[in-house]
Amino acid sequence: MAELKYTEEHEIFRGAVRRFFEQEFSSEAKAWNEAGKVPRSAWQQAAEIGLLCPTIGTEYGGAGADILHAVILLEEQIRSGSPAIGLNLHNNVVAGLIERNGSEYLKKYCLPRMANGEWIGAFALSEPHVGGDLAAIRTTAELDGDEYVLHGRKTLVGNGYSADVVIVVAKTNTEPGNKDINLLLVDATAAGFKRGPLLKTIGQGVLDSAELFFHNVRVPKTHLLGGEGTGSTQLSDSFPLESLMAGVAAVTVMEHAIELTTDYTRDRMVFGKPVLHYQNTRFKLAEALAEATIARVFLEQCLNEYIGGKLTRTTSAMLKWWTAEMVSQIVDDCLQFHGGYGYMLEYPIARLWQDSRGAKTCGGSTEIMKEIIAVALDQPACAP
Amino acid sequence: MIPQSRYYTEGHEVFRASFRQFLTKEIMPYREEWQAAGQLPRALWRAAGEAGFLCTKLSTEYGGGGGDIYHCLVILEEQTRACFNEIAFYLHSDIIAPYIELYGTEDQKRRILPRMASGDLVAAIAMTEPGAGSDLRAIRTTAKRINDHYVLNGQKTFISNGQVADLICVAAKTSRENSSDISLFLLETESARGFKRGRNLKKLGCKAQDSSELFFDDLRIPKENLLGGEEGKGLHQLMKRLPEERLIMAMSAVANMESALETTVEYANDYSRPGQRLMDVQNTRFKLAEAATTCTIARTFLNHCLDLFIEDKFDATLGAIVKWWTTEQQFQVVGECVQLYGELGCLMESEIARRYADSRLGRIAGGTSEIMKELISRTL
Repeated sequence: MAELKYTEEHEIFRGAVRRFFEQEFSSEAKAWNEAGKVPRSAWQQAAEIGLLCPTIGTEYGGAGADILHAVILLEEQIRSGSPAIGLNLHNNVVAGLIERNGSEYLKKYCLPRMANGEWIGAFALSEPHVGGDLAAIRTTAELDGDEYVLHGRKTLVGNGYSADVVIVVAKTNTEPGNKDINLLLVDATAAGFKRGPLLKTIGQGVLDSAELFFHNVRVPKTHLLGGEGTGSTQLSDSFPLESLMAGVAAVTVMEHAIELTTDYTRDRMVFGKPVLHYQNTRFKLAEALAEATIARVFLEQCLNEYIGGKLTRTTSAMLKWWTAEMVSQIVDDCLQFHGGYGYMLEYPIARLWQDSRGAKTCGGSTEIMKEIIAVALDQPACAP
Repeated sequence: MIPQSRYYTEGHEVFRASFRQFLTKEIMPYREEWQAAGQLPRALWRAAGEAGFLCTKLSTEYGGGGGDIYHCLVILEEQTRACFNEIAFYLHSDIIAPYIELYGTEDQKRRILPRMASGDLVAAIAMTEPGAGSDLRAIRTTAKRINDHYVLNGQKTFISNGQVADLICVAAKTSRENSSDISLFLLETESARGFKRGRNLKKLGCKAQDSSELFFDDLRIPKENLLGGEEGKGLHQLMKRLPEERLIMAMSAVANMESALETTVEYANDYSRPGQRLMDVQNTRFKLAEAATTCTIARTFLNHCLDLFIEDKFDATLGAIVKWWTTEQQFQVVGECVQLYGELGCLMESEIARRYADSRLGRIAGGTSEIMKELISRTL
């Protein structure tokens, strides 16, 4: 297996990110986490040390860094206690979609502002009663002269409560069976755009989440990402990276939970000996450790494939659902070993438990992932 | 598609093609016969030796093939794909021969290894005892030095190849006081007095692989046959070898679950009840998606371990992790496949049923899953 090329520069970046989360964020993180969002000043602080759009090209205000920087950033954010700032969504999903598919005008318009912390990006797909089923969405974008007239309602929009710019998934043709999906870039200052209240979430899996309403919002034609009807392709092209980031998050949480629990059970005495010395503890933690080791190797293999442009839809789906299920299992087992303290939110394991629940449902549920994998198996020709 | 290791070469592919031919001609026509007999015929070992399929990794200096662990992998993959999992060339070639090559005296190597490579000697290794499974320190077979001989007394069980073996590597205690004072002896069974083979034990699966009790009653072994010529080295020798043995178990487990998945996917695509293919049922799709995920991850991790092994970075913890996980997953995946086959999956004449019965052994042999977890937990 080819090894990932982490250089000294990556380690320096890791150190800077770690210090940032420890020093700049630690004092207020608790309040922010309770609020489920961070103030705008936190985004600006993050921008100052280059945590916004690190992988975006320098011509658009990014740092032109490789994917490993995005990986490191997410790992360190989780290790520091997952402060409630939706960097992955902002950087890898929203800015990523714009950089890959946007016109030169759109890139120049959005990306520098997203990189300097002026604008926060969100992505609006799910709708009430529809979920993430692209074919069933009902938000419409009707062309009227040089503008689209956007009408509809979105929900569970991460970063949605604070966003300045939102990528909205809409149909230009609402006839039944039509699969014409479009991605429109919407300015949050546009007339007819309204937000609902901040949605309360179980954990930090989805942050700053809100319902968004579009009542005849006029969006310039130039704010269409890619060509008309290319939305599905754009979304399926960004699926490998999203799954990869979900995998990074899950594996990091597994490792972190095992570390916390090993330390805790070594010190915690029950009936005269440390919890870690009981065979049940040792066996469960051995299983968790083995699974986390295997998950990390699989994740690195997927990262290598992604870097080589070879990460398939099927493998991405495997990584996404499997690491999500594993992390839920492992974190739950780890919480158990903390006894009653594990149920107290002041213990990091309790927060990991909350935060990791989203893994199985957000960003494509486990069930959707299995459907994707099954498609690859559903071909008599694939058997020898 | 999982990328192949950079250490897997064109030469391995050529070797694969030639082993596949041997398997088709010399082995598969006799599968049922040998499984009914409960053991493999001696002639097979000679034929395999002659064709170059024994001791593929052993140095050419001692008659081996001078290959690497991928030759062992190729053989295991091919026999497993053909659903004849239990042919134990790997035991003879990749588990036992290395003990002699790595730890034997020059005389031992010259005397024994060429005959193992040719298939004239069939080898077994005898560690497990009725009262001592994976816990080597608890073995009770003793070896007492008397003049030029060691005199062995004791009993072994579950010994693969035990019915046919001409050379048995026996673990025995050379000191009563020290529980780690274990030595390995090369027992040449021809003309050995005081050596008796017990029954060929009937097993759930792996039917053509014989498994025996062995008895030593004042068995005399010449002192020249103490492995390496020095007492008390056995435990260390065994410990050093276990990670590779566990990697080999994992190779077999991964190959078996992949083959089970492949045939089950084919079955699910072909088999239909009125109006609906099995593959169109959501439960089928999800179970197969889960199995495909497990197989992909298992193969990725196995490749990772094989590369580390070749680079000499594979350790005991990884050995325990890869053995535990792949054998447990093998049993799980093959079990789900049996379920999809329905009653057909319960007939021993069906391939999937044999794969299932064979896979049960993986969680026990070569150190149980529980022992693997003990080993992993030591790193906590």
